[in-house]
Amino acid sequence: MSLTIPGPGADAAPGPQHIGHSSKLRVAGKVPGPALAATYLSLLVLLPVAALFSKAFDGGSSAFWNAITEPETFSALKLTLVSSLIVVVVNSAAGTMIAWLLVRDARFATNRVIGWLVDLPFAMPTVVAGIVLISVYGANSPFGINVTYTRLAVVIAIAFVTLPFSVRSVQPVLAALDTDTEEAAASLGASPWTTFWRITLPALAPAILTGAGLAFARACGEYGSVSLFSGDLPFKTEVASVRIFGLIESDSVPAAAAVSLALFAISIVVLSIFGLLRRRLLPVEADA
Amino acid sequence: MTKWVLRLLGAGYVTFLVGIPVGAVIWRALSPGIASAFDQISTSASLHALGLTLESAAIAVAFNTVFGVGVALILARHRFPGASIVELLVDLPLSLSPIVIGLALTLFYSSREGWIGGWLNARGISVIFAFPGIVLAGAFVSLPYVVREVLPVLQEIGTDSERAAETLGAGPFTVFFRITLPAIRWGLAYGVLLTTARILGEYGAMSVVSGNVVGETQTFTQFVSADFTNYDSAGAYAGALVLGMLSVLILAALSLTRRRGEKQQ
Amino acid sequence: MSIEVESLEKRFGSAHAVQGVSFEVPAGSLMALLGPSGGGKSTVLRMIAGLEIPDAGTVRIDGGDVTKLPARARGIGFCFQHYAPFRHMTAWDNVAFGLKIRHRPKAEIAARVDELLELVRLTGFASRYPSQLSGGQRQRMALARALAVEPRVLLLDEPFGALDAQVRKELRTWLRELHEKVAVTTVLVTHDQEEAMEVADRIAVIREGRLEQVGTPAECYNHPASEFVLTFLGPATRIGGTWVRPHDLALTREARPGSRPGKLVRIVRLGFETRVELLLDDGADTWVQLAGRAFDDLHLDIGDRAHVSADRARDFSAVPTASHALASEGPNGAAEASR
Repeated sequence: MSLTIPGPGADAAPGPQHIGHSSKLRVAGKVPGPALAATYLSLLVLLPVAALFSKAFDGGSSAFWNAITEPETFSALKLTLVSSLIVVVVNSAAGTMIAWLLVRDARFATNRVIGWLVDLPFAMPTVVAGIVLISVYGANSPFGINVTYTRLAVVIAIAFVTLPFSVRSVQPVLAALDTDTEEAAASLGASPWTTFWRITLPALAPAILTGAGLAFARACGEYGSVSLFSGDLPFKTEVASVRIFGLIESDSVPAAAAVSLALFAISIVVLSIFGLLRRRLLPVEADA
Repeated sequence: MTKWVLRLLGAGYVTFLVGIPVGAVIWRALSPGIASAFDQISTSASLHALGLTLESAAIAVAFNTVFGVGVALILARHRFPGASIVELLVDLPLSLSPIVIGLALTLFYSSREGWIGGWLNARGISVIFAFPGIVLAGAFVSLPYVVREVLPVLQEIGTDSERAAETLGAGPFTVFFRITLPAIRWGLAYGVLLTTARILGEYGAMSVVSGNVVGETQTFTQFVSADFTNYDSAGAYAGALVLGMLSVLILAALSLTRRRGEKQQ
Repeated sequence: MSIEVESLEKRFGSAHAVQGVSFEVPAGSLMALLGPSGGGKSTVLRMIAGLEIPDAGTVRIDGGDVTKLPARARGIGFCFQHYAPFRHMTAWDNVAFGLKIRHRPKAEIAARVDELLELVRLTGFASRYPSQLSGGQRQRMALARALAVEPRVLLLDEPFGALDAQVRKELRTWLRELHEKVAVTTVLVTHDQEEAMEVADRIAVIREGRLEQVGTPAECYNHPASEFVLTFLGPATRIGGTWVRPHDLALTREARPGSRPGKLVRIVRLGFETRVELLLDDGADTWVQLAGRAFDDLHLDIGDRAHVSADRARDFSAVPTASHALASEGPNGAAEASR
């Protein structure tokens, strides 16, 4: 166990780090670690996505553009974007509220149940989510509410599947938040509402944004639940993922790839905006 | 006063969005009687679909667990150019629609036009519309979870304990199995549960990749969906209930793991 | 703005955190609540602040009963051990917070904040975020923030506990100067007896939820009400069965009338002082504290024989094992013990 033996292919890590470095590579070396991981990643993710990229531009960028601007497709993309944004806003607010209930209102008896219900959509297969929503808000609704074939169905389905993200990204941060600053605000004369709005919420903002990002990405791509619940009416309730599936089924594969890429790009752009917003709040996070 | 408004709003939202719909399905699945529900899901089509789902899931989970721990270890302990690319690729499935994932896999593995599909086909290996494709789809969609749960734990606990073990004479295997693994076990368990839940519930990617041939390549979620669209609501509800129960089991396991993991902190 | 607490009681589950604590803080003075960690002194402070509500007893500020009022209605200023900075705001905004939520005119806020930042010597740091300030700076900012709303009383919960020893000493001195300048009634919680002795006008010693003694630093040091106060406030050792202060003992080579012989067992040189542990011939252990130079002049070493004299030492033989204040609970008890 010499301190001075550099690990194989070690980058210039000085001094004592060598021990950790070389032995970690040896641990990873029990299966030739990094190489295998890279292979797995390539075969599973990198290359298939590259194939997607390539297919999207199969007929050149004009074909790509045409595929995206095709009326039915464009409508689907728009619907997806708008619905996802609406849901993210609503669920961020609702999620924060629910996280607050779970963390701060410990004596509220139904908290246990609420916690379970919040997690349920995550563990639930999307088709089941669709069935579950239809059974109450669809054709045989016990309440007489039928929203299938409407855009509201799209929103409800997406809200259902993304709720866990909004709650669970805020909850641990809220739980770990030091109550000192809230007590300090109270000692300075702030009412509970002022304290929440000016002190707690800004501290939670990064976590809320993280949740919003996860929710948005999920919302954009959601298929099973939305497809079942919304009825997939072209130009009305057909979301991007459904449209892509339709294109695949009708063998318009390059177009499907193009729309896939467009959907992905939308996701990335919105996520980057969230990330940027979060970085703007950095003074809060960069604490010694 | 505001406390009760808050409670009402929060609890109400969750109840109407999740609680009531779930309750309704349970009721509808069981109202024709448990025996009848059981019959619905013990048809050979149903059982085969269930078996297929479980089998493919087991393989995908195993792969992703090993990969996940390995990648997390590498990312946590080393700085290397391309680390951020690796993280990006690992997180990619979270930003991709499952349909898109299915399409990407098809474009690479399809024996018709896939990049290596033809090459594989010549050697008698079918991926798309066959079992391997189902496994791959499951692995792709659930790729990030183990890494995302294990990596922060590794970063937080640091290498101190491992170094201490080394100074006491422990070799790399010993260090990994006796020091590292126990330290990450709750994060790992949680990640594995998430992975399993994700794969069992996957529908979109399967729709593209599996071919949906009843009794051969139909996954359980596809089975449920097929029943539903064919107005075989009894079958669909029963199947939904099974999946739902699986979800609840996983949920219970999740919250247990979460609580144990927190206690360990 | 005086403070009176009477018969405060507080339980947390089965733990009896505070039992029958009563004392007064005269207006404009600085009182230290001193005691070992976990002894209840922070709880007492928080009850004065309104961050905890007592199970029994009353809290009066300036004569008015505030026992059931929430913190924001009491007109207090509070500082925390870990500063509780508003991380997303600059130092300037932190200090201005109390004034902003009272909707004071902008010009007034600006003038007051600048004035306070100058008082705490943070003028150039106004636009920095707490994460860009050192621990000592953060606490000074927290003090300015608390003082901005002109509190009737200032309450400090182990304000220097999280700082380096050197910074702690500097801020201690600085706090005392600040107090002389601003003269707000202040209560400071600390477990550091040196801090309490240096900074406070009066000390209340609290242990296991009970008040042991209230008095000036000199009173508590020279006339402790119990063995605990005696040993907690300063170094103490035993000679012939009675307590003495080690720095009151004399160490000599030759015998003197009334001196006790012994052997040197350990020598700890701290530069400014030296501590000498001896095993006396009668079997007792004791130690003597003397100035470093004085010890060097004796030319003694471990194993040598020497003599310890207590003739000039203050006599603590009358100090009871347990405080009178505990024997006779109630406001009178506290008054008695402080004699």
